[in-house]
Amino acid sequence: MAMQFYASPEQIMRDRSEYARKGIARGRSVVVLTYAGGVLFVAENLSTTLHKVSEIYDRIGFAAVGRYNEFENLRNAGVRMADLRGYSYDRRDVTGRALASAYAQTLGAIFSEQGKPYEVEICVAEVGATPEHDELYRLTYDGSVQDEPGFMAMGGQAEAIAGVLRAEHSESHTLGEALKLAVKALSSVGGEGGAARTLAPEQLEVAVLERARPGRKFRRVVGAALAALVSPAKAEPAKAAAPKSEAPKPAPETDTPAAE
Amino acid sequence: MNADLAPHATTIVAISTDEGVVMAGDRRATMGNLIASRDIEKVHPADPYSLIGIAGTAGVGIELMRLFQVELQHYEKIEGAMLSLDGKANRLATMIRQNLGAAMQGLAVIPLFAGFDLDAKTPGKVGRIFSFDIAGGLYEEHGGYDAIGSGSLFAKSSLKKRYKRGLSIAEASQLAVEALYDAADDDTATGGPDVIRKIFPVVMTATAEGTQRLTDEETAALAEVVIAARAQQPGA
Repeated sequence: MAMQFYASPEQIMRDRSEYARKGIARGRSVVVLTYAGGVLFVAENLSTTLHKVSEIYDRIGFAAVGRYNEFENLRNAGVRMADLRGYSYDRRDVTGRALASAYAQTLGAIFSEQGKPYEVEICVAEVGATPEHDELYRLTYDGSVQDEPGFMAMGGQAEAIAGVLRAEHSESHTLGEALKLAVKALSSVGGEGGAARTLAPEQLEVAVLERARPGRKFRRVVGAALAALVSPAKAEPAKAAAPKSEAPKPAPETDTPAAE
Repeated sequence: MNADLAPHATTIVAISTDEGVVMAGDRRATMGNLIASRDIEKVHPADPYSLIGIAGTAGVGIELMRLFQVELQHYEKIEGAMLSLDGKANRLATMIRQNLGAAMQGLAVIPLFAGFDLDAKTPGKVGRIFSFDIAGGLYEEHGGYDAIGSGSLFAKSSLKKRYKRGLSIAEASQLAVEALYDAADDDTATGGPDVIRKIFPVVMTATAEGTQRLTDEETAALAEVVIAARAQQPGA
């Protein structure tokens, strides 16, 4: 008969944490930061269809790093919860705080009760009526939740990226300034021998929660509008496409379930 | 049957053009011989590219519309893409079929659905109109216009004489308000333009730019054109 070795609970939890951290650190990073007009999400993502950033509800956005199937699962649950609440009560009664708390419960339960923790880190962001009311919540694999002060980075080398954001972030930035800072932060790591890289607009997934927009405030910034914001000098003036609908394209075959 | 049980909403018209569709509804809700509401809104955006108007039991209709809006938005967020216009119409037909039991007991609701078809191949076929029956039957209207509700007979007769292919959105909006005027003229359950209280029909459009509601000033101007013309030639 196989012998069951004793492992202390501390050891089990440490192993799980390490496993989850390793999985998350392998992925490309995402930054979320507030600016004068709302909240900006910037993810390093080569796919135009498998999103790391998405809309949850009118004022609430979602960003994630780690395993795609796991955070997609969480995103679906969040959209379902938000839509159900908004339908049962009122659209104003759907809040980022409630959503973050539900995610914390789910992630916490998975971490302590299941064999394998989710290898994900997510951000729930809510745009408020004024910049002081913007909220960013960071949720980690073990179900802990933190209220972040205006900016956050997740994924591989998050500390170094957050360092760049911390030094320059300001709530009074315009969208262009905030995006430039986000790109600078993301590209500050991962080059040859720890040097900076250059990130092209095609490598970025960008979305905003626009305070001034009526109704659903989530908008993806794509194509010419994105190129113009990233490098205003060479791009021709691009108009912000109003009700944007993306033509669904077949997913590239190289995409694996685990985010790179 | 059961007309006094709960408020009823009445006439909705929709007209398709080469640029999209126009949908308009009067503002009256009735309960038997009483006016339950003078300013009810029966035409709403279902999502960024389609419109829904309701006739029949107001409470059931508004609930149906709300659920339909949530379903479309939910699908869009989960899948990352909008349903096709036909997909939306089919979903609405299923929802109406589920109300069949209540409809047989007198709480019937019939919507009119119209929208801008983002997948349309031919330029002139972007505006599409769908009508329904209480059993969940779905019928696309190829004639260019349709109306539902108690005043629909008069509204359709009005449009039959005045509708022609190749209208602009502005012309179609004018025509829709005129058709509602004709419906209100002969149907007691349909409200006409209320110049005293400044209550005018709700007129909405769905085009390549998305859905849009005409402002109160714009609908008032459309109604005043009709009123001025009818003052010259009231009819009997």
